[in-house]
Amino acid sequence: MLLASDVVVAQNVGFGIIAAVMVIFALRVVSSSNVVHAALSLVMVMAGAAALYVLLAAEFVAVTQVLVYIGAVMVLFLFGVMLTRAKLGKEGDLNNKNWGVGIPVAILLLGVMVYALGDGWGRTKIDATGGSVVSTTAISDLIFSPYILPFWGLSFVLLAAVIGAIVLARKD
Amino acid sequence: MLVNQFLMLGAVLFCIGVYGVLARKNAVMVLMSIELILNSVNINLLAFDRLNGSIDGNVFALFIIAVAAAEVGVGLAMVLLIYRNRKSIALDELSEMKG
Amino acid sequence: MLLANEEGAEHAVHAAGWFLEHAWLIPVIPAAAFFLIILFGKRLPKGGSEIGLASMIAALVIAAGTAYQWIDLVGSTEHAEAVITKWVWWQAGDTKFTIGQHIDGLAVMALLLVAFISTLVQIYSTEYVRGDRRYTHFFASLTLFSSGMLTMVLAPNMVQLILGWEIMGLCSFLLIGHWWEELPNAKAALKAFFTVRTGDMGLLVGTAMLFGLFGTFDILDINEMAAAGEWHGSKTLLMAAAVALFIGCIGKSGQFPLHTWLPDAMAGPTPVSSLLHSSTMVVAGVFLVARIYPVFHVGLDINVAGSHYNLIAIIGGITVIVAAALAFVQDDIKKVLAYSTVSQLGYMMMGLGVGAWTAAVFHIFTHAFFKCCLFLAAGSISHTASHHSFDMKKDMGGLWRKLPVTFAAWFVSTLALCGVPFVSGFFSKDEIIDSAHAYDYTTFYVVGIVGAFMTTAYMTRATYLTFFGKARGGAAHFVAGEHEDEGAHDEGHAEAFADEHADVDHQIHAHAHAAHDAHDAHGHDDAHAPAHHGRPLPFAKTDSAWAITLPLLILGFLAIVSGYLNAAPFHIEKFHEWLHSSIGIELPEAPKFEWGNAAPGLALVLAGFLVSLYISKAVYGEGASPLKGLTKRVKVFGAIHTFLVNKLYLDHLYEKVIVRFVAYPLSKAAYWTNQHILDGAVNGVGIAGKKSGQFIYKYVDQGLVDGIVNGSGTAARAAGGELQPVQSGKVSLYGSLLFGAAAVAAIVLVLVNS
Repeated sequence: MLLASDVVVAQNVGFGIIAAVMVIFALRVVSSSNVVHAALSLVMVMAGAAALYVLLAAEFVAVTQVLVYIGAVMVLFLFGVMLTRAKLGKEGDLNNKNWGVGIPVAILLLGVMVYALGDGWGRTKIDATGGSVVSTTAISDLIFSPYILPFWGLSFVLLAAVIGAIVLARKD
Repeated sequence: MLVNQFLMLGAVLFCIGVYGVLARKNAVMVLMSIELILNSVNINLLAFDRLNGSIDGNVFALFIIAVAAAEVGVGLAMVLLIYRNRKSIALDELSEMKG
Repeated sequence: MLLANEEGAEHAVHAAGWFLEHAWLIPVIPAAAFFLIILFGKRLPKGGSEIGLASMIAALVIAAGTAYQWIDLVGSTEHAEAVITKWVWWQAGDTKFTIGQHIDGLAVMALLLVAFISTLVQIYSTEYVRGDRRYTHFFASLTLFSSGMLTMVLAPNMVQLILGWEIMGLCSFLLIGHWWEELPNAKAALKAFFTVRTGDMGLLVGTAMLFGLFGTFDILDINEMAAAGEWHGSKTLLMAAAVALFIGCIGKSGQFPLHTWLPDAMAGPTPVSSLLHSSTMVVAGVFLVARIYPVFHVGLDINVAGSHYNLIAIIGGITVIVAAALAFVQDDIKKVLAYSTVSQLGYMMMGLGVGAWTAAVFHIFTHAFFKCCLFLAAGSISHTASHHSFDMKKDMGGLWRKLPVTFAAWFVSTLALCGVPFVSGFFSKDEIIDSAHAYDYTTFYVVGIVGAFMTTAYMTRATYLTFFGKARGGAAHFVAGEHEDEGAHDEGHAEAFADEHADVDHQIHAHAHAAHDAHDAHGHDDAHAPAHHGRPLPFAKTDSAWAITLPLLILGFLAIVSGYLNAAPFHIEKFHEWLHSSIGIELPEAPKFEWGNAAPGLALVLAGFLVSLYISKAVYGEGASPLKGLTKRVKVFGAIHTFLVNKLYLDHLYEKVIVRFVAYPLSKAAYWTNQHILDGAVNGVGIAGKKSGQFIYKYVDQGLVDGIVNGSGTAARAAGGELQPVQSGKVSLYGSLLFGAAAVAAIVLVLVNS
């Protein structure tokens, strides 16, 4: 028999694994000295994020994440890497000279956020077992009635981006 | 599950992304780091959605994914252009804004 | 938003009358005209001046209607209440910021005054700045200025008052620096702007304190609560608020020790001096004190038994004496008038300080006419008779026969200014002095009559130098050119001017000349000789054109008669009746007029006239006199003269001492910081410093920086220059600064909120 407490334990374990994977690969993204390795690490982070979305009962977003990010965006990145003829092997100087500045800034930010989050949300629980999976129908209802205007705006942004990318990248 | 698990994870990813934006020289790497930041935001949105039992966060997350795709497209086009003009995409060599 | 709410306000109309309800149109019309002039002015046949003039006339008509209905209202009811219309402008939390009108006796008086003077000055300007290179802009600024002043005058709350106040500040900057191509003009404009801004800090702080004390910005409520003693906080706080507000008034009204900007502001065209620096803008400070008088009255213990001094009276008193002394050593006719204005503003402040509210406000009223008239007369002289020079010693003298209208206007206005009986200035000034005596402020009574003596003395000197004695320099050419016809005469003008020009430039007042040279030169370029001057009045053919002399005649007439609205010797108290309801506190009864009380003052006026006439004749006349060269022979007099010529060394204090020892170390410290602490946080500050540094640097380059500003400019520039490496152009560094700053800001927020 599957108890609610078992589900929660399973979810927590799953979360721990996914989170560990994401953080490790995210660190690799920003520390790897090989551009292609960095890109592949990013794929792992995205995949982890998609898994988290499933855990958060947002299936449609998870699927979109896989399709758009892992499918399209990553291919774009790899193309970018290739077209700019970055060396496919190891590269010594992917970091700029002031890279040291980034560490204190990031740690400072992290400290503030962790403190603020801990202070603000404390031990507030998500009801992991209750509630149903967010249905795609509900999302489409939302997008196409109250959020129709932002949706149109977004369509224009995408159109502009397509045109802009073509204009920028044309050779003549 | 605590909502803070997700939020803290988001914060960590965000800061790693910030570090990447600041420390990386290669323009493509900077764009990747930006993707990390955007993903951390998405995690937050969905966690809050789950907490409040609403759907709006899902919509926002979708919008963010779409905008991120557009951003990567334009960003890489710019990187290509820069590369073509300067044979380099090292950001610290781009200092036309120097005062 | 305004339009949406208008209907709501509409049904509040009661028996007060259309004009009283719609007085808010008075500033709106010139404001609209400003935009019309800016947009279309250049394409119009008269360069936009017709729009400005029309808007001012419209404003004047409404103001006159308002005044008529107000007088009607006061006559029909026992205690006329202010007509207030308000619309919500914006809202923050529960605090509504309104905009609208607050029409009572004081506002009506000021509205009428400002609209009237503005109209006359605009008529005058059509002739005076004819052919100017920025003719359209001049009228645009002038119109916007009037709008700002009118907005301030009818403000129902402190926020709108500050709005109008700052519009005026901006326009004064634009207008003083109208001929900004010459460095001194640009410097004077900046000096005026920044000196007034220094005072404005006080106004802002004071307004914030008022809000804290009374929980409202509404002037009516503030007045009532202050009078009733209902504020949240101690008496000391109210006093502090009053002092802070008064600092704003010191800056705006050119009171000691922030008066130094006003004489420099004479670099602007004469109509500007006449409108802004005699009868409207500088009066704003006095007006503010009068407007929220209960705050000062209670906060500074005015009229409390046993108190013989308070801040307002002391500052006013010092200003009266100091400015009058300074007026005595000026060679530039406009500077004499400028110091005279400062001195008269001191009288107004002193009047408010001793509790003579009505007298002080009445002095605003009369002073506006005669001082405006004096300035316009000075402009008329320089425009027509002295080749655009304002130097009394070099280019004037013996002009009275040739400029009969100008002279007559000048003369009656001088009488009014000196407080000669039966002319307007007498009634208002004497009442201030009388009140100081009656309310037990003996020190200020003495200051008042000594000031009257000095006023007469310097005005006698100025009049003698300008209109009598031997014609000199430009005036000599003008007087000699009697037999020539208009056109030839004007050609002579230009040539003679060219000769003169070179040696004049070396003089102390070279900058004033330079300023007007340029003006003169282009005037002649655009329209040679005959077309340059308009048609004079038929009975004064050698005088200036009608557009100049007509306003002079009107103002001269008013300089005589305006005093009879509140003539204590004849028991006329109309002005007092109309204005009475504007303040919410009981002031002591105005003292009964007796000739005996006025006698000492009048005797001193006469003495001032005689002494000054004797000295002037001796020093500037033709005969030999032991007084000639006295300042060179007797060291004491020489020292006093030098001290006064250098304006009490206040400018030196501001520019040399304060700038050098305060701002300069600051820049050094910034340099040190940059050299030794090279971390991101400081660099962030550096970017800000550099941005402002660059901004100011641009103006240093173009020569637009005043001495005081120079200090801060140097500081910012040095800091900017030294921190320049921060502007590396490297995105990553910018990003670090951005995120670092965001993190620091977040920490601050967390700390504040926890």
